[in-house]
Formats: sequence, structure tokens, C-alpha cells
Amino acid sequence: MTQLALVIDLNTCVGCHACVTSCKEWNTSGEAGPMVDRNPYGADPTGTFFNRVQTFEVGEYPSTQTIHFPKSCLHCEDPPCVPVCPTGASYKRPEDGIVLVDYDKCIGCEYCSWACPYGAREIDEQQKVMKKCTLCVDRLYDESLPEAERKPVCVLSCPTSARIYGDIHDPESEASRAINAASGYQLMPEWGTQPANHYLPRRKVNIAVHEEDLQRVDNPLRKEDRGQRAPTTRTTLDDSTSW
Amino acid sequence: MAANPARKREVKSTTCYMCACRCGINVTVEDGEVRFIQGNPEHPINKGVLCAKGASGIMKQYSPARLTKPLRRKAGAERGASEFEEISWEEAFSTISERLQHIRETDPRKFAFYTGRDQMQALTGLFAKQFGTPNYAAHGGFCSVNMAAGLIYTIGGSFWEFGGPDLERSRLFVMLGTAEDHHSNPMKIELAKFKRNGGKFIAINPVRSGYAAIADEWIPIKPGTDGALLLAIIHEMIALGLYDRDFLRQYTNSPDLVNVDESSDDFGLFLRSDKKIEESCIDPDNKMWWDRHQDRAVHAHSSEADPRLMGEFEMEQGKVKPAFQLLKERVEEYTPEWAEGITGIPAQTIRRLAHEMGITARDETIELPIPWTDAWGREHESITGNPVSFHAMRGLAAHSNGFQTIRALGILMTILGTIDRPGGFRHKAPFPRPIPPCAKPPKSPDAVQPGAPLEGMPLGFPASPEDLFVDDQGEPVRLDKGFSWEYPLSVHGLMHNAITNAWRGDPYPIDTLLLFMSNMAWNSSMNTTGVREMLVDKNDDGEYKIPFLVVCDAFHSETIAFADIVLPDTSYLERHDAMSMLDRPISEFEGPVDSVRVPVVPPMGDSKPFQDVLVELGTRLKLPRFLNLDGTRKFKDYKDLVINYETEPGSGIGFLAGWRGKGGEKFMRGEPNPNQWEMYAKNNCVYQHKLPRSFQYMRNWNRGYLHWAQDHGLIRYTDPVNLHLYSEVLQRFRLAAEGKTAGRQPPDYLRERVRTHFDPLPFYSEPLETQAIDKDRYPLNAITQRPMAMYHSWDSQNAWLRQIHAHNYLFMSPRVGAQHGFDDGDWIWVESEHGKVRCMCRFSEAVEPGTVWTWNAIGKASGAWALDSDANESKKGFLLNHLISEEIPAKPGEHRFSNSDPITGQAAWYDLRVRVYKADANEAKETSPQFEPQPRVPGMEPARGKWQAFVRGLSK
Repeated sequence: MTQLALVIDLNTCVGCHACVTSCKEWNTSGEAGPMVDRNPYGADPTGTFFNRVQTFEVGEYPSTQTIHFPKSCLHCEDPPCVPVCPTGASYKRPEDGIVLVDYDKCIGCEYCSWACPYGAREIDEQQKVMKKCTLCVDRLYDESLPEAERKPVCVLSCPTSARIYGDIHDPESEASRAINAASGYQLMPEWGTQPANHYLPRRKVNIAVHEEDLQRVDNPLRKEDRGQRAPTTRTTLDDSTSW
Repeated sequence: MAANPARKREVKSTTCYMCACRCGINVTVEDGEVRFIQGNPEHPINKGVLCAKGASGIMKQYSPARLTKPLRRKAGAERGASEFEEISWEEAFSTISERLQHIRETDPRKFAFYTGRDQMQALTGLFAKQFGTPNYAAHGGFCSVNMAAGLIYTIGGSFWEFGGPDLERSRLFVMLGTAEDHHSNPMKIELAKFKRNGGKFIAINPVRSGYAAIADEWIPIKPGTDGALLLAIIHEMIALGLYDRDFLRQYTNSPDLVNVDESSDDFGLFLRSDKKIEESCIDPDNKMWWDRHQDRAVHAHSSEADPRLMGEFEMEQGKVKPAFQLLKERVEEYTPEWAEGITGIPAQTIRRLAHEMGITARDETIELPIPWTDAWGREHESITGNPVSFHAMRGLAAHSNGFQTIRALGILMTILGTIDRPGGFRHKAPFPRPIPPCAKPPKSPDAVQPGAPLEGMPLGFPASPEDLFVDDQGEPVRLDKGFSWEYPLSVHGLMHNAITNAWRGDPYPIDTLLLFMSNMAWNSSMNTTGVREMLVDKNDDGEYKIPFLVVCDAFHSETIAFADIVLPDTSYLERHDAMSMLDRPISEFEGPVDSVRVPVVPPMGDSKPFQDVLVELGTRLKLPRFLNLDGTRKFKDYKDLVINYETEPGSGIGFLAGWRGKGGEKFMRGEPNPNQWEMYAKNNCVYQHKLPRSFQYMRNWNRGYLHWAQDHGLIRYTDPVNLHLYSEVLQRFRLAAEGKTAGRQPPDYLRERVRTHFDPLPFYSEPLETQAIDKDRYPLNAITQRPMAMYHSWDSQNAWLRQIHAHNYLFMSPRVGAQHGFDDGDWIWVESEHGKVRCMCRFSEAVEPGTVWTWNAIGKASGAWALDSDANESKKGFLLNHLISEEIPAKPGEHRFSNSDPITGQAAWYDLRVRVYKADANEAKETSPQFEPQPRVPGMEPARGKWQAFVRGLSK
């Protein structure tokens, strides 16, 4: 069974928000849109975004870590937002595992947002229906797009390639390999939701310095040694012993 | 779910302009509106990716802040009140050209033309020169000229579009003083690959934001002290012998013998051999070495010689030392322990950094099987490299000690042996260039004549006092005092001085100020409140001190309110543009690259591309290069100019390098091609030339490359460009200040300043402002970081981007709050010697405790940018600029210096020192200062309502 998902690499995400606005521009004029904004030019603007990046700190100065953390619907394999929906608007596709909302059936009761432990469900305040990441399902099968572009736009736009897309049930997919190679993990597995999206942790690189590396066989200071020295002016045994 | 076939859809390639990165984009237009903007996978800069700003272009294109009509301040209305009436373009052109005509015929200096973060200097510089005014510059003096000049005067190139780290091959990458930069997406792409390949990434910055978040090691440092760190690292590397001797001896002036006889007038200059050398703008190859083998002086680069880098020798002319010896002596006192006290970085860490850099450079050398021939005719079988690389930006540049700090960085990169080598630093065409490059500013006031073009380039690279733009008294000719003894190497001008100097009439008053794409009444100034007052200040006779102000912008910025005439520019999706070799191209390491923008949608309203405006004005003013020999109009518009303009008649060098020649068969040099625009448009709007691999490295000394570059019009001389570890250029200025030269000398009141700062070797000094204020009263450093989702003040009118940054906080360590009794999120005052601002604080552990910071340019004036008067940007957002004086505090009667680096005039805004304290509970919960809401102007849409749901094709 196919389960499409995103793998987010926290080791290279620099928090640029490319994924946030690429998603917005693609979807606002597309099937999952419009992406409504409230007070777009006024106080406290807010709007519908399927993907948000939060930046938070861990630890104390000077050992502080700054983490850029993108988060969107994780397309859970056992999504709690589906069974709670009173109208059946919230559903998971059997063919590829994408979780979607049928706007025509949604009554905006927001029950799903209570059920989702990840805060991935938000209501569109003007249209009064729940909207969320669709994994750009309207691109994945669109044959008028070049094959390389039949992917979520957040994946195409990410400048640090921190978003990998693929079938996590296929062990040969780029997504599965990335999870395997870098010990990718799921968020809050204790909730039993089996989120399909995974995160790759930070990997740190160190350089080892050895004493001999500093002394060096080829040390250029040797070439500055003039060898022959001028006579010393200080007293030596040379001048004071004669036996 | 296929695309609806009923929609009229078009996809066009062009170039983004949400920042100065110049990514290639494919723009989908459906039903006449922009549907989608994505990265172009075939473009060399971004290879298909696109950042948050690029992906939000739709909201810039359709922003309610768009200006669509030329405007004139109503008769009788006060400047700054935004009382405008619409005029026609014809009226705008005739009003401006009549006024400029008069100026040109009487005193061209009275026309000052300053541009912001444009990439149009090829045209704007041409216009200024043809007009004949010396008062022209773009944003560089305010931005990061120190980074350009400091490295250009050391290695013949610099970062961003001039060159950069070869992350593909590097093993250790050190990023200093960088938050975000306009060299944005390529850095992200390369950095991610570098990390995946297991390289170590070190970020040196007072703040851990953006890129630093994914660094393997964050080294917090006190602002303005990077010079101390770099000099201590150099100290350690020389002490241990971790430098690349073979590289230094052959490719730099390290072994060149320097006259160290203090009684000599040539003290500190290189010894010259008797070799006959033509006078030119390049470094003549007539220096001397002390040969190890023969133990005597020989000509530099003698084939069997091996020079000493250290020691002191006696010669006929007196005592001499190799330049490297002088560097060694200079850094003797700059120990890691000394640097710890200044930078806040533990000495052990400084040592370890030096060790990691040195060992990686020495032990992980790269050897590429690429044969090449050097400038001295020696053939090499391979190209080698030391894989340590750097990137640095405004954190080093925006200080009054920035030039010397960046010289220290250039020297570190040099002694590591990483210049134009794999894994290190690589140039991008048209660099490397001679040190310094040949273009010079004019030399005397005579260069400015009524009715004539300026003699010389408006901006250039002085190599000695004889190249300064001063009069017989040594006083400045330029309004901003550029290229004077106050700021001799101000190679990008001093935009931050223009308004203050014009207002004060020092060195002289002007008549007309033309601003393009520069928000100088807001974030592109220091002392913002003061500048806004100067713009509306009047003489006793009731006339404005700056009589006439023309502002060209696409959007309703703060500066628009102060205009007498507003010219509405188009958006980047509506125009032709050239990212030209004559200005700032987008070259790659492998060879020159330039690109264009082509219109994707028609201009909104009556907006007109500024370049077309300049062509029209240039033609009306009868500026020679805008006319045919018979006096008729030469260029229809900018599109026409780009095709047909040549730097000199018949030179074959024009704005664009690709598809030249009648049929587009030539490149770099060739006859104008009438179909050039179409050829670019068919090729992703980009022209890329890849040099043969043996020309791609060691280009400062690569015979093949130097000949190729000369053949293709990039450089005049094929002489090698040896790196300036020791800067004789600076020493010449010092000798003049000491009265030891026959030529020009500074006025007496500037002697000490020039003597001190024009040191041929880098030294560490406290920033000038710090020296002038009470450090204990203002104990904190205040800086900004550039966010990745906004570029300067360009994006608050963008409904999507402003949801990422609608207002800003002053970030600081919780210890500062604890010390001063306030909590996270409280309203506080931040105060400098110059002014104070009220804002909210935000605690962070990701900042060194002696520093406070905020995001750059987020705060906006009320009502500007088509925002509601109570928008977050004005009520809760703030500008640090209000706290920064554009002048260093001076006692009455003392000469007032710009708050700038004394060498380059770089605006020293990160020298800011502040104190913080809690705001009173009864104070308004809004930022201070507040400004009267700026009204909308004619030609703008009416205000939009509570909801916006953009769907292409439906917003009409």
C-alpha cells in the first residue's frame, strides 16, 4: 500500500519560509484554495497557511541550539481527525494515504482540530471550513506538468533540500532511505497516530586535532631558520678556561 | 485533476527581484493574472528552488501599495503632508528636464542622484557621468562597502557576486557576521550539500539565527571585535607554522622586501629593483626578495630563488624586511588571551579554531588533474587547493573598524592558501581585477564643467593620494565628501551623508535630489527622525533647504511622502532589466554569467520602468551618449539601449554579454544584435559561459585566463594580480599624512586620522563611536539581523510576507532583563547617546549577553505601504535607525565626522551602543516614536477590507 509523505531534514532547514509561501501561492488559486487572509493590510493579520515554520531555542547560552521547525499535516496512517468527523468530510485516501477535507461536506465544527495532537487542523475563518495540507494532490497526478514537477511545491522550492517527498512504504524510495540513513523519527509516537511525515534529526560534525598535526614534518618555519648565527656577546667558557 | 484547459495559460521565464539574488523564475499567467511563480530548474543561480520572498511575488505585484500615476506636490502644500495631484508623464518629464537643464548649464553639482538597492548602476552611472554631476552613488556606502573594498584591496575580489566559498569541495566553512544576504538561494543550496558531505560549518555571530542554527558550532562574539579574533588566529597560525608557504611566496607580496629605515621618505614602501616598468594601474613586477640560497637580494620571482618570509636584512638602501616579517611583528601582541578579553571568546577556542583551520588546510589538500600555466610561464600538472572556506557580510563591514577587520580576513584566507583554489575562495567574472582596479574617480574640481560630461568615472578605486577627488586645499568636491581625505577609499560613495550635507550646505547646497528605490526617509538612513526633519526644513526665505526632491518607487514608501514629484516605477514582472557585466552580473565560478528580466504582465496603471525614464530624460537633456552624432535621439527606450549601447563606439562591449554579433554568434565582445532580447528570453533569460577548466582556478596568476579575459574585454592588463598581504596603497596615504611625500597631503586637521587608520597592515581598534561615548552608560551593543522572509523595507506591503514579520521585538539575554527588572515581552526603552525608542523585548538564549538585536527594517511609519494606520508595523514595530547618529559625537568647534569607517566611509551602524530600561506602566503600549499617519496618494487603490482571498483572474 502506498503512503505518500514528507521527510523534513532539521539538519539543513534554515527557517527561510520558502515552503510556507510556495504552498500559499500554489493553493490559493488551486483546488484547495483560496487561502484566505484576515486583515491583510491591517492590525494583526492572520490567514490560512497549510505549513508553518516555528523557530525555538533549546538550552542555555552559550550552548543554545536554535531549531527551525516546519510543520504541516503529517498524513497519519491512523489519523484521529477522520473518525471524529461527523459528516465524513475528513477522509484518508486508500490509494496513496493522503488525508484530505471535502469542503462541500465540512460544516466547520472544528472537532477534528481537537482530535489532532499536532495542531495541524485550522479553520479558514472566512470560508468556515477546515483546510490543511493536501500534499499538492492536484500536482501529483497532473500529466500536463513535467514529471519532475509532480511533487508538492514546498519540496520543489526548498532551497536546502530539507523536504523529501515519497512513499514511505517503499523501502527503496528516497524518503525511506533518508529516514533509514539519518534515523528519521515521528512526532509524539505515544499518541498512536503513526504520522507518515518524519523528521531527520540534527547531525553534528567535529574535527579532531592531534598534537603531531601541529608540529608537522613540513613546517615552513624551518625554512626561516638562518642556520649560521652571529657570535654571541655574552661570556662563555671559551673565553675563560685554558686547560 | 488536470489543469482546466479552458483557461488561457502562459508560462514565461524571467528573473526574480524580491531581493538582489536574481534567481531564475518561471511565471505562470492565467486569465491575465499571475497564477504561480516557481524557480526555474534550468537556471544556474537557483536551479529550481525559490525562497519565501520569491514565492510571494504575487502579493507584491497586486499590492495595494502600488503607485500608478506620476504625481506632483500640490501648489501651496507643505512637503511631507502627502498632498499630491496627478500629472501626466509629459508634465513630469518637462518639469524635471527643464530644471535639470538649468542645473547642467550652470552648476552640475547641484544635481544629486542616489539610488538604493538597485542593480542598475550601469545605466544610472552612465546618466550621472553624462550629466556631469559628481554627486552620484548607489547604496554601497551605507550597506557593506567595507566588505567589497577590504577584500578587493587585498585579494582582487570579494564575496557575493564577486566571488565566494567553494562549498562543493570545502571541508571546513566559517561564516562570520552573516544573517541573511542577497546571495541567498545559492548559499542555501551549497550549504546543504556541504553539510550532507560531512563538512564542518562554524558560525561566528553574536546571534544564533538563520544559517547559524544549522552550524556545527556557534561562536558568539561581541560586535565589532571580529578583527581581534582574526588577528589572534593569524598570530597562532604564524607561531605554529600553519600557513601555506609555497602559496605565499609565489602568489602574494609576502616575501617582497619593505624599506624599514625610519629616517627614509620611502619608509614602509617596497624596494624597487632597477627593472624598467611602465606606469600603469597594476602592481609592477619590480620588487625584491631575499633569496635563502644565495643569502642576498634578488629580483622577485627569479626562477631559482627561494625567498625568506621572515628576517631583517641590511642593504645599500638601508634596513629591509620581508612584508611577512612585518605581519608577524604586527600580530605578536595579538595573542588569543588578548583577544579573549575583547571578543568574549575563550582563548582556548581561538587557538582551536586556528588549529582546525590550519590542519584542515594543510592535511586535506585537494589535487585536481587539471594542467595550467602561470603568469611567469611555468607549467603545472595539477591544480591544488586547501579546503577551508569563508563567507562574511555586514557583521564585519558595518563598523568603523570594518576595513581593517576585513583586511585581516583577507590575509587569513591568503595565509591559508585558499584564494581561487578548489575548496577555498573562488572569484566570479569580471573578478579577479587588479589591486586596486583601474577605474578612478576624477582628480579635481575641473572635472565638473557646465554642459559637459564628468571627466572620469563617478566612482572608482584610488591607489594613492593623487587619485583623490579634492581641490587645491584638499577639500572634497563631492556632496557626500567621497574620495576626500575624510574617506579616501569610499569606492561606493556615502549615501548616508547626502541629505545631511545638502541640508547643512556643507560642502555646498544643492538644488535637486533624485532618489530611486531608496527609502532614505526611513530605514535607508541613520538618524531617521532627523533626516525627515531636514527634508522639510526651510531657509529664512521660506524655500526648502533641499529645494527639489524627485522620488521614483513602485510602492508607497515613507519617502514618497516627502517628494515634490513622484514617478511610479513598474514591478519586476512588468519590465526589462539587465543583470549586466557592467554592474553586478550573476557570474558563477566557472565563468561569466549575465541575465535579464522580460515583462510577463503589462505595467499597472501608468507606471513606467525607471530605466525608460532615464533614457527619456537623457535624450531631452541632450546628454551626448543618448544622441546620435547628428544630434537626433539615439535610443527609443531602455530595451533599445541595452541592445545598441557600446562602452565606446565600436568597442563591442555592451550591457549584455550573450548573443552578440549580427546573428548572436559572439559573446562578451561583438556588434549589437537586434534580436538579443529574444535570444535571452528563449534561453531562460540567462547567458552562461563556461571557461575551460584550466582557466577556472588560480586566475590571479593564470596565464590562460588572463589572456582570455583580455581578449574578451574584461581586463586591460595580463600581469598577474599578486595578493596584497601588505598594502603599500595604504602606506602611501600614511606617508602623505606624515608629510613625507612630494605630492598631495591631507589638510592638517585630518593628518592624525589618516596617519592612524591608513596602516599597511591590519590592526584592531575600538569602533570610533565607542571611543567617543560613555561606555558604562551605554554598555550594550545593538545590531540588526536580516530576516530571510523580508528584504529591507520591500515587503510590508505584501499580505503574505507580513504575516511572517508584522512587527519586531528587541531580542536580548534574560540576564539583561533580570539586571534591569523587566520581563519577557515587556515594553522597554532602548536609548543611545543620540536618541531613544520604546519597543517590546523578547528574551533569547541565542544571543551573547552584551548584545541586543532586532530584525532589520520591519518597523514602518504609520500609514505607509498601504497599511492601516494602526498596523503592527507602526504600532508595535520599530526601527533601530532612530538611535543611530549619522555623525560621531563632536565637541563644539570640532570637525564633524560621519559615523563611518575613516577609510571607506562605510556607515558604521553596528557600532551602536545602548542602554535599556523598563517603560513606565502608565505609558502607551505602542512603540515610540510615532509619526502622523501617512495618507494614501492618488493612483493607489482604495483600501482593501477585512478579508482577502486571492484567486488569479478574480481580483478585478
